[in-house]
Amino acid sequence: MKFFETLGQKPWLTPDTGGTAAAIPLETDQLAAARIALRFVMTIVSVLFFLFIITFLSRSQYPDFQALAGAPWQPFTDTSRLWINTGFLALSSAAMQFGLISAQRNALRGAITGISAAVFFTLLFLLAQLYLWQYLQALGFYVGTNPANSYFYLLTAVHGLHLLGGLVVLANVVFRVWYDERPDTLAGPLQLCTTYWHFLLVVWLVLFALLSSKPETINTLAALCGF
Amino acid sequence: MQHVAIADQPDELHDPDTFITKYIWSQDHKVIAIQYGLTAIFVGLVALVLSGLMRLQLGFPDTFDFIDPNAYLQFVTMHGMIMVIYLLTALLLGGFGNYLIPLMIGARDMVFPYMNMLSYWTYLLSVIVLLASFFVPGGPTGAGWTLYPPQAILQGTPGYDWGIILMLASLAIFIVAFTMGGLNYVTTVLQARTRGMTLMRMPLTIWGIFTATVLGLLAFPALLVSAIMMMLDKVIGTSFFMPALVSLGENLDYTGGSPVLFQHLFWFFGHPEVYIVALPAFGMVSDVLATHARKNIFGYRMMVWAIVAIGGLSFIVWAHHMYVSGMHPAFGFFFATTTLIIAVPTALKVYNWVLTLWQGNIHLTVPMLFAIGFIFTFTHGGLTGLFLGNVTIDLPLSDTYFVVAHFHMVMGVSPIMVLFAAIYHWYPLMTGRMFNETLGKLHFWFTFLGTYAIYLPMHYLGFLGVPRRYFAMGSTDFIPESAVSLNASITVSALIVGVSQLFFLYNVFWSMRHGKKAEPNPWHATSLEWQTPDVPPHHGNWGPELPTVYRWAYDYSVPGAPEDYIPQNHPVSAEEGTAGEEEAHA
Repeated sequence: MKFFETLGQKPWLTPDTGGTAAAIPLETDQLAAARIALRFVMTIVSVLFFLFIITFLSRSQYPDFQALAGAPWQPFTDTSRLWINTGFLALSSAAMQFGLISAQRNALRGAITGISAAVFFTLLFLLAQLYLWQYLQALGFYVGTNPANSYFYLLTAVHGLHLLGGLVVLANVVFRVWYDERPDTLAGPLQLCTTYWHFLLVVWLVLFALLSSKPETINTLAALCGF
Repeated sequence: MQHVAIADQPDELHDPDTFITKYIWSQDHKVIAIQYGLTAIFVGLVALVLSGLMRLQLGFPDTFDFIDPNAYLQFVTMHGMIMVIYLLTALLLGGFGNYLIPLMIGARDMVFPYMNMLSYWTYLLSVIVLLASFFVPGGPTGAGWTLYPPQAILQGTPGYDWGIILMLASLAIFIVAFTMGGLNYVTTVLQARTRGMTLMRMPLTIWGIFTATVLGLLAFPALLVSAIMMMLDKVIGTSFFMPALVSLGENLDYTGGSPVLFQHLFWFFGHPEVYIVALPAFGMVSDVLATHARKNIFGYRMMVWAIVAIGGLSFIVWAHHMYVSGMHPAFGFFFATTTLIIAVPTALKVYNWVLTLWQGNIHLTVPMLFAIGFIFTFTHGGLTGLFLGNVTIDLPLSDTYFVVAHFHMVMGVSPIMVLFAAIYHWYPLMTGRMFNETLGKLHFWFTFLGTYAIYLPMHYLGFLGVPRRYFAMGSTDFIPESAVSLNASITVSALIVGVSQLFFLYNVFWSMRHGKKAEPNPWHATSLEWQTPDVPPHHGNWGPELPTVYRWAYDYSVPGAPEDYIPQNHPVSAEEGTAGEEEAHA
């Protein structure tokens, strides 16, 4: 492990005459820095959702909790609406990937098409999520009526906000490349955006699985966590 | 746009030329650090005044009409929250993290200067939102700094309406600000170190700040989650934490939520928070001790390992704050064990500080006095932590003044001692002038002896069973008359310590103008921040070329060297190189 190797160094022993000093590149690569920052961002967001999910499992063991799937009258017993929304988000992720591959090949037209399609499907996903909210409201599943409902609204909202944040960053990337008239610099930052998009797709799949779980599944998960 | 601030091209740095870009909307890490520092100190002074008001009530009950029970609880809450989050976290990481990271690792600036600027302004917003709660109907929240539901948002608690909403909003904004800053700190440390600055050559200050930032990035989400869920409970009536209950004879709409869940979340943040404050302090005090004792830090590697180990362990000790919450008794056993384990690396650090002083050439400068003072206060506070970490001892002492005394010693006074040490130590670098030594020493002795006069008797009050958070004791049988006079004496000491901070404030502001001009490296320190071409360093820090690092940060009193310190960027002479190699082979 490199980490333990680093921690094992004895910096007081061999003052350096310049040998290893040169090993560290001086010109800090902004893209590499952004990549590290993105890794941290994804870790932080994972921790955030992990904590939400842990509280969800803990809260699910109280008697008033009624999971949103299971009985026929529960909204997510039929998951077709959720699948449609998932489709939109998966398409946006795929479009980002297409845009990225095009950008890496310096095919600007393909990149623009990919990014535009990704933005379109992301917005469509967000609208579809809002529509899903309305649908639940119409069925009488309000935010406060049951903790399972509260979690549904809360988790989808937090996930949606992270997507919106992604859109802001993506807009910034595109704007900068456009402003600098340097289309060849698009691929690097776009790679990071694409990673983030895939990551949010995975987060959504986890949320999807959790929110549409039957009570037995939730109880098993909660039992595994010791609740 | 290719980012230039950290590259080795000073001509592309775009020096800020107007007052506004230089001092207000600045992207220079040094200016942002000062902005963070001044804001944190300002809000800390507000919290200091609040503590004075609390002490007035406790020392002389029934004397001051303007302090009623509600106001008292509000003072307690705001004092705690401001000191822990808005002063200590902000000043240690936002202030010193910002100032020292680029300078100590040899970078021109943070890697994301724009985000760094945004971080400060978001922090300022969170402070404004927090302070605004003093002026809303009902005043600020009085729920205690832990904000436990259900009482935090129920009628009967002061500020249950607007106060708590603003508090939760302010915390959420603060977390956003911290995350933006924190991403910068970790990325800069990992990515922007200069030639030769390997991780193990970094001063311990940077190790402390780096690890604390990682802790913060991973722990603050827990506070964010609890703040969001409590906000929803308050504003739109969800029942995440709120159990079904009757309030003022009325059935509330809440169904069976779990207040203990909030406690778990809060302390999953709250315990790492202790180390978010402590680790940078550990790091800075190590550097101050080594510099002013003219000796290398004892056991550098072990110090790094201890910082990393404490960081990891800090995530599995949180429930020792909850022994009386009614959680499963087996939990208590587990968390008591981990709590005692985390004491091992912490104690190791204390030994190493003492051993650093051993046979050192100790200069009792003002920063050194504060650093040595820290070893005392931290040891005392840490030892009482070992008591409280055990379930059976904690149960009777919980919610008494023993706990208040413990955490004030360990995470109030101790980090503050280091902060003063650090401010005095780096003051010449930040301002280019020396502070007044006499005023500094007066400040130290008043603060150091004064805090002992405050907190030692509090331990005794705790043993008597005097409960914390009470507005007044009234005529309670088990509280003797002596406890009342002891409380009065504590209040007098607290007021003296509070007023003696004027020495510090006066010194800082007076010396900025009238202090003696500082030499470039007045303490003869080895670390990079003192080797800048200009003091205080200009925008871009390093002039035309970045420094190259040839050695670790603790080459003090090296045998055979012409002076008792060798800066990190000092090239290795031929003899020294071979000597080092021989030593390595031996």
